[in-house]
Amino acid sequence: MIITEDLSKSFDTFVAVDGISLTVGKGEVLALLGPNGAGKTTTVRMLTSILKPTRGRATVAGFDVVKQASQVRSMVGVLTEHHGLYNRMRATEYLDFFGQIYGLDSRRRMESAERLLTLFDLMDAKERRIGEYSKGMRQKLALARAMLHDPQVLLLDEPTSAMDPASARLVRDSIRNLRSSERTVVICTHNLAEAEELADRIAIIRQGRIVARGSVPALKERLVGPAVYVAEFYNGQGEKSPDLPGEVAWERMDRNHIRFTSPDPATFNPLVLERLLAQGFPVVSLEELPRSLEEVYLQAVLAADGESLDA
Amino acid sequence: MLESIRPALVVARRELIDQMRDWRIMAPIAILTLIFPAIMNFAADRMVGFANRYGAGIVADRLIPFLLMVVGFFPISVSLVIALESFAGEKERGSIEPLLTSPLKDWHLYLGKLAAVMIPPLVAAYVGIAVYLVGVYRELGWTAEPSLLIQIIVLTFVQALVMVSGAVVVSTQTTSVRAANLLASFIIIPMAFLMQAESMVMFWGEYDALWWTVLGLVFIAALLVRTGIGHFNREELLGRELDVLNLRWMKDVFVDQFRGQARGVGGWYRTQLWKTLREARTGLLLMALMFVGAFGVGAYLTQMFPIPPGLLRVDNLRLEGLEGFEEIDLFSVKGIPVIWFQNMRAIVLGTLLGLFSYGVLGILLVLTPFVIIGYFGVVLAGSGLPLWEFFAAFVLPHGIFEIPAILLAGSAILRMGARLAAPAFGESITEGVIRSFADWAKIVFGSVIPLLLAAAAMESLVTPRVALWLLTR
Repeated sequence: MIITEDLSKSFDTFVAVDGISLTVGKGEVLALLGPNGAGKTTTVRMLTSILKPTRGRATVAGFDVVKQASQVRSMVGVLTEHHGLYNRMRATEYLDFFGQIYGLDSRRRMESAERLLTLFDLMDAKERRIGEYSKGMRQKLALARAMLHDPQVLLLDEPTSAMDPASARLVRDSIRNLRSSERTVVICTHNLAEAEELADRIAIIRQGRIVARGSVPALKERLVGPAVYVAEFYNGQGEKSPDLPGEVAWERMDRNHIRFTSPDPATFNPLVLERLLAQGFPVVSLEELPRSLEEVYLQAVLAADGESLDA
Repeated sequence: MLESIRPALVVARRELIDQMRDWRIMAPIAILTLIFPAIMNFAADRMVGFANRYGAGIVADRLIPFLLMVVGFFPISVSLVIALESFAGEKERGSIEPLLTSPLKDWHLYLGKLAAVMIPPLVAAYVGIAVYLVGVYRELGWTAEPSLLIQIIVLTFVQALVMVSGAVVVSTQTTSVRAANLLASFIIIPMAFLMQAESMVMFWGEYDALWWTVLGLVFIAALLVRTGIGHFNREELLGRELDVLNLRWMKDVFVDQFRGQARGVGGWYRTQLWKTLREARTGLLLMALMFVGAFGVGAYLTQMFPIPPGLLRVDNLRLEGLEGFEEIDLFSVKGIPVIWFQNMRAIVLGTLLGLFSYGVLGILLVLTPFVIIGYFGVVLAGSGLPLWEFFAAFVLPHGIFEIPAILLAGSAILRMGARLAAPAFGESITEGVIRSFADWAKIVFGSVIPLLLAAAAMESLVTPRVALWLLTR
């Protein structure tokens, strides 16, 4: 659905995006992470045919972002950094306006608006002026606008940044629904927990370049080492040494815990549990030590800084 | 056709509704529509009475049409404010970005906004004119000539178009309404001068001159619209984030355009100047055509402003007109810097005027001497001096250098205007101005200044002698 090859953008002498190549498939959610000014917004603007790449190319839903800009824009729904709402309009008028711009007939405009206002819990406020909306409501309305024409591709910049937890959950659920209805979603966010929860893959951008990419588990594996599992025993009864499969490297943490790494958790973890129980260890729990995406992110950014310093 | 502009109409409709809900826009429009014409009616009534009382009937006659023009102009001045708010304001608030991500074409957005910001002030102006006309008819029994009424209606429209299209150009170069308001002086000051000129025309009573004003404004509006469309595009609107005066960048752009990769003066002439001259060949061709046109205009003016018979006698010129010219400093070595400075001053003034008028006023200035030459050539031909002899005596000796110099300078000025009107992809107005100014400097320093020096030497030392020889042989 989205393919970029060596996508680059410079403003005079400033290189905002430098050779980004990525592919996002149908029904896939990609999270673009990176510090402010890393080039996420510029990338999104190129993918929506607002800015022309200075090098490289990109296609969205099979259309070239330079040569077929109009088709690209018809296929894409964008939640922009600035929500771009008109304070003196009502929500229904606002959605109707954008529906007309996207060429929807009046019946479809009305149906889509009703569906999205209901989905985002804005029906009660639909006749209020947008200027009276709270930040979260404004963000939900902007998201409704992005989804109004049922686009194949959604590019969402900080989709839940101003929302209360309940609204944020609503939005996250709707993004999951988009994925299951085969839509392609790119999220730019600083909310790492959200990215981890929603994204199939993550790309970390630093100074216009992708410095790390992959699924969350793969990135964790690569950047903060293999998963570490902890077995907890009941009431200090873990003092003796367990006899575990040779492929599993383990060490004692204290009387109640051992931790181990496993080359293939799906195969070896059940085996480890089985052996421990068989050897009389009163196992209370077996779990993976939490490794946050934040750690992955910081590692990737630090590595990129080191790389640039080395260069 | 309607289908292709439908998105523009959607944009215009939304903007119009939005304006109707904004009391800051509606209040002044309402005042200028209903109250201001009534004040003008009152003023007309009192001033006509006053003027008539002291036998100044002509002032009274001219005052009523003048106020008609004023009543039309005041409401459209609001269009400038609305335009800045609509274009720069939407950019500043970020509400333009969702529109830019939509399938709207750039010109849809441009046209929709242009229509939306012009319609309310124009409606207000026309309603105001109607209110004023009814008032003066009831109080003074005055009715406007249909031709005058059409002139005022058209003039009001093109003035609004010029202000709004100018505001768009200003807005594309800024990221805030505040900055746009500051730059709006580039529109307000020329419009103030225009109003003064129009007022003079109205009191002069030569209403046909208004058509020339309309024609000039249509031309300027066309150039401004072209510039606006050139710059009102997604790349420009979102590619620029800051309004920072970056002198180092400006210098770098100028040097890059002026010097390029050239090494040494010879290399610069071979690569940079030659390249720029080749790029300027269309401008040179246009200048050559206008040059011929200027002669034609000069010849035509002899019919409009004929010199009384007997005032200019070629016999006198042949026998004594040039006697003693050696005594005049201008026709000695001392005259060379004077003539050169005078010509350079005209080129620089033409460039400055060209900067603010897409090259138009600058070209008019540099072509003026050719109009004069055409005029005197034909006048003298009518008095018995063959045209070829006039040219050979008074124009050609120094013209061999001066005419190419003026054509080159004119083409450089034209290119500045053209670059503003039709910018290169991704090039801001500032960058366009700097690069075209660097091209101008290349042409002027590389060719015009040396040519004008040679022309000044010829004009001081050779032309008078050739003229003397030809006329007295």
